[in-house]
Amino acid sequence: MITIDNLSVSFGAVQALRDVTFLAETGQITAVLGANGAGKTTLLRTISGLEEPTSGTILMDGQALVHKKTEDIARMGVGHVPEGRGVIGEFTVEENLRLGAMMAKVNLQKGLEEQYEQFPVLGERRKQHAAKLSGGERQMLAMARALIAEPSVLLLDEPSLGLAPLVTAQLMLTIRSLCESRDLTVILVEQNASSALRIAHHAVVLHVGSVVANDVASTVAEDENLRQYYLGLVE
Amino acid sequence: MDPFLTSRVVTDILGGLTNGVTFGLVALSLVLIWRSTGVLNFAQGAMPMFATYVGFALLSYHFGYWACVAACVIAGLMLGGLTERILVRRLYGKPEINPIVVMVGFLIVLEAVAAAIWSSTPRSLPSPFSSIHWQLAGKPFALSPFTVYEIVTAVLVMALVAALFRFTKLGLQLRASALAPEVSRLLGVRVGRLLTLGWMLSTAVGVITAILVSTNFFSGLTPTVMDGIFAYGFIAAAIGGLESPIGAIVAGVLLGIVNQFVTDYVNQNAVIMVALAMLVVSLMVRPSGVFTKSTQRRV
Repeated sequence: MITIDNLSVSFGAVQALRDVTFLAETGQITAVLGANGAGKTTLLRTISGLEEPTSGTILMDGQALVHKKTEDIARMGVGHVPEGRGVIGEFTVEENLRLGAMMAKVNLQKGLEEQYEQFPVLGERRKQHAAKLSGGERQMLAMARALIAEPSVLLLDEPSLGLAPLVTAQLMLTIRSLCESRDLTVILVEQNASSALRIAHHAVVLHVGSVVANDVASTVAEDENLRQYYLGLVE
Repeated sequence: MDPFLTSRVVTDILGGLTNGVTFGLVALSLVLIWRSTGVLNFAQGAMPMFATYVGFALLSYHFGYWACVAACVIAGLMLGGLTERILVRRLYGKPEINPIVVMVGFLIVLEAVAAAIWSSTPRSLPSPFSSIHWQLAGKPFALSPFTVYEIVTAVLVMALVAALFRFTKLGLQLRASALAPEVSRLLGVRVGRLLTLGWMLSTAVGVITAILVSTNFFSGLTPTVMDGIFAYGFIAAAIGGLESPIGAIVAGVLLGIVNQFVTDYVNQNAVIMVALAMLVVSLMVRPSGVFTKSTQRRV
């Protein structure tokens, strides 16, 4: 469970997050939605320790994450799939996965087998350089690399970016099934609000760094004002 | 005995191989630092020179050769680590020209300080092996026990570095830290420590080169002893590709052999010209290096 309380982040004079407060429950997907520049990516980067907040707290199962180093947060069980996926193109698929498993105390061989079972295409391309994978395959690799460390929290930053609608739909179903089977706390940042709302349990809508809605996903999905003014979902 | 082994061609090849492995080692240390930290280190000759002076200061206390070699390597590890922590760490994320300029400045400082402390007079380094060339059927052969020691040491170091990158967890982390530091941190890799380690290892490899060079060239250890070797090592690294340890070694050896043939058949003064011509041609044909697969990387 991730508890975020009155979190504010500034870059010089620009305030990227303003008193953000919400709860991401264990075993649930919390979608963080909003337009470009709403502060979604900054939120995930702050949870992972890549950005330092000006005020507020972030707790993971009661343990404070603020002021901790990114690598320590990762070792505590926070998996972060960054925007643009962040796979290392010069590494093979298997090297990317080995790197993901390295810092966690997990059985590498068992972890690889599990990921190849979950994402068969990665097994077929294990010796191939990640740079040669398609966008969808790279996204799978980025997710598998985070999952192989058996995290308890998974932060996903725009996983559908650049993917075809069919691939996005499959990806969203995979995220939902992973969340349920592994009892993961998932924070899913998306611009593609309709896809995210379809699988999320809870939704938080950000607008210029502030929370404008924080409710169960179905309620947010049905709110005409939110759909029209913040999520760009005009019928 | 077959006169072929003492022929001019074989003599040139073996002589070139002996010099070439030292170029290959310098190139390898450049590749090591580039692959593990993404910085092109122009002080890669001067830092090992300085560490070698520190280690060999022990000789005056009558320590043996191998104890001094160990002391030099430890001094190299420390100098490399301190340089990264104090000097280079502030330069990450800055334009690529910044570390280049700073490391050129550091090279000048190290050479000046070494000259001020130990003077520019060559210090002769003892050789554990004879440098008198073997004779085959009364004719001089191109190798001596020392040159064999030199080649074996270089090959051993190269094999260890290649194995480190290829087969170990540490090597994978070093490469990941240089290629994608932020992603590596998100995966729990302690990038800061690995960057320091990359500089420590590459300086230690450089120290081994400095020890071999200072003895082999019979010039002894001077503050500028590594300048010429660094230039050829740099050319070898550029030809082989900064991403490729194997490329650095092969290009270094080839450069050594070509240099030997040019010295023998043309003129010693033409050597650097030919080396630079090889560099220009390889950069025109394959800018990322002959042995590098990828054409782009993020620094």
